[in-house]
Amino acid sequence: MNFGLTEEQRMVQKMVRDFSQKEVAPIIQEYDRKQEMAPFILPRMGELGILGICIPEKYSGAGMDYISLGLACEELEAVDTTLRVVMSVHTGLCSMTLWQWGSEEQKQKFLVPLARGDKIGAGAFTEPGAGSDFANIQTTGKRDGEDYILNGEKMWISLASNADYALVTVRTQKDTGKSSGELTSFIVDLSTPGVTRGDIHGKLGVRAGSTGWINFQDVRVPVANRIGEEGEGFKVTMSAFDNGRYTVAAGATGLIRAALEASVNYANERKAFGKPIAQHQLIQSKIAHMALNYEAAQLLYLKAGWMKNEGQRNTKETSAAKWFATEKSFEAANEAIQIHGAYGFSDEYNVERYLRNARGAVIYEGSNEIQQLIQASYALGERQDKALRMEMPAYEE
Amino acid sequence: MNIVVCVKQVPDSAAQLSVEGGQISWGEAPLVINPWDEYAVEAALQKAKDLGGSVTVLSMGKESETEALKHALAMGCNEAVLVSDPALAGSDNVAAARVLAAAIAKVDDVGLVFFGKQAIDSDTGTLPAQVARVLGWPALTLVSAIDELNADGIKVERAIEEGRQVVQSGLPAVVSVIKDYGEPRYPSFMGIRKAARATIPVWALGELGIEAPSPVVAWPEVMAPPQREIATEIITGGSPAEIAATLADKIMAEKVL
Ligand SMILES: Cc1cc2nc3c(=O)[nH]c(=O)nc-3n(C[C@H](O)[C@H](O)[C@H](O)COP(=O)(O)OP(=O)(O)OC[C@H]3O[C@@H](n4cnc5c(N)ncnc54)[C@H](O)[C@@H]3O)c2cc1C
Ligand SMILES: Cc1cc2nc3c(=O)[nH]c(=O)nc-3n(C[C@H](O)[C@H](O)[C@H](O)COP(=O)(O)OP(=O)(O)OC[C@H]3O[C@@H](n4cnc5c(N)ncnc54)[C@H](O)[C@@H]3O)c2cc1C
Repeated sequence: MNFGLTEEQRMVQKMVRDFSQKEVAPIIQEYDRKQEMAPFILPRMGELGILGICIPEKYSGAGMDYISLGLACEELEAVDTTLRVVMSVHTGLCSMTLWQWGSEEQKQKFLVPLARGDKIGAGAFTEPGAGSDFANIQTTGKRDGEDYILNGEKMWISLASNADYALVTVRTQKDTGKSSGELTSFIVDLSTPGVTRGDIHGKLGVRAGSTGWINFQDVRVPVANRIGEEGEGFKVTMSAFDNGRYTVAAGATGLIRAALEASVNYANERKAFGKPIAQHQLIQSKIAHMALNYEAAQLLYLKAGWMKNEGQRNTKETSAAKWFATEKSFEAANEAIQIHGAYGFSDEYNVERYLRNARGAVIYEGSNEIQQLIQASYALGERQDKALRMEMPAYEE
Repeated sequence: MNIVVCVKQVPDSAAQLSVEGGQISWGEAPLVINPWDEYAVEAALQKAKDLGGSVTVLSMGKESETEALKHALAMGCNEAVLVSDPALAGSDNVAAARVLAAAIAKVDDVGLVFFGKQAIDSDTGTLPAQVARVLGWPALTLVSAIDELNADGIKVERAIEEGRQVVQSGLPAVVSVIKDYGEPRYPSFMGIRKAARATIPVWALGELGIEAPSPVVAWPEVMAPPQREIATEIITGGSPAEIAATLADKIMAEKVL
């Protein structure tokens, strides 16, 4: 067993850290206040190759391993959650699912521009009436010759207003008795007539990024854009979550680290009762918990990343990593505010933003209640992974 | 025409330095590329792109010290060479200059050698001029911009205290670059992959065909600077004018002004 990072992984970590700390950290609070995404972020992440970090060079990606993807997400979210959200949806939900389930033709057409960052991708699954109960989505896809015609609305979609393509899962059949077998996934060009979209305003967190809705009205999507077979949409979407959740877990780990660092700095400076508050044991306890949870969260995601590298199924491990890291990142941000006292309650310091951002991750990519159900069903022996028709490829150097 | 860029591996600028038994120690702090040298690498890469030559990054140091070279490779340098030999322990600047000059002479068709402004650990800032002297090439130091460069010569702007000085010379030449040159690029992923897989050749004195040059300077003693006593005082008062007056009195009393 080897717990060390390779030289390559350390270099990736440093490069993404330098980018996020130098270019984004100084301006992020301003954009969070304005509730806008800084316009340079997506082009810059594309240009630096971060958007295609773990896609093979054959498809114009950077060809790094899955652990590098995790490390990049940790560094990005240590600065701001919106940066990591880009990785979750563009890379995790959209690009990696295309890589796993797409045909060679689809990969050339859609994955290559996504990996280069020339196009931006989203994953559109949730609807106004169905989130956790995903098999119950109502957007329909009706076959018509060489097209499917899509009708319905997707809601809470990250990068809704930035994306060029979205991986969309819809209902193509009804009343077969098995709801999850009635779904089909497509890669949809969002410039197709009949697609309208917009952003949701007044969000608690991820304010420096887009979260929105996408509406489909008689949108014609060619059969050639179908990802997997008809009826495989549920499996395709669950594969997407295996990758999206991994990025969320790694990112939330970065948020714990950011909360810890802010807390340590502040606790060493601020004095109360004649000494730095870092010397009061109750403050130390908070810091100790953050330090422990950071280590544990990191180990969980690195293990999932290692399994991905090996080509092993990791639904259980990725779900556990996501559950733990997001729960602990919310706790860490909350305690960081406590350590900062009243200053933590103001946006002069970063910790209130950490808290608002951490809150979303407890809900999205499978709420933490859903992650608990997954863990319980594995533990109780009710759930076993079945081989998929298309497996996520192991990492090849 | 090819380009050489010289980089030094130094303790991270956040490292806590101490003196233990006459030796400087930086504890467990990681060793990184000298931050000033990243600007030199940037300049070398830009100029090689314009001229179509290759960039060799060169460092003298211990056998294990490849981090700075790998960083420069990841930024896009074509080749990296580590100059290392147990006999070089204790080399001063004169010795280092002779060794680096011998290594530069071994690289084919070198037209330009880039250096950083200074190394953040030893901080002398003299090596570029010393290497130029050994090679017998012009030294253009503290360069903020390169205005012209072609097969015949180079025209640069030097940042000096009084302003900017435009200097030109023939080639080959030695150039040390300052921060104003422009932000260094990040390593690219392709570069990182290449750098991580690269085995860096090590040139010992035998390969350079020289003996270990003897140092002309000695370090009889190394001391940590005395701890600075810092006291903070918050000045209070009834009005901003009163606070300002008290502050002014204090500053005068402390002979700060
Ligand atoms: C910032 C943000 C970004 C998002 N980005 C995307 C995106 O890019 N793409 C996308 O498709 N979706 C996205 N979502 C949507 C997200 O995935 C859903 O909100 C999430 O799956 C939960 O669905 P819901 O909101 O409909 O809640 P519901 O499913 O209605 O759940 C409501 C509550 O009930 C709980 N609950 C539900 N079922 C059970 C059960 N069986 N047992 C116990 N408790 C249960 C849930 O945990 C939750 O607490 C995003 C959401 C947010 C907030
Ligand atoms: C008596 C004595 C003994 C010493 N013993 C040692 C020793 O055992 N080990 C040791 O590491 N140092 C030793 N040093 C320090 C060493 O000589 C200097 O670090 C070196 O000569 C460069 O000087 P500088 O660091 O001040 O570089 P500067 O002149 O400030 O550096 C300017 C530029 O030169 C280039 N450069 C500097 N150093 C190197 C290098 N090593 N390789 C390639 N390019 C470089 C970089 O581009 C840098 O930006 C010793 C010095 C003395 C006086």
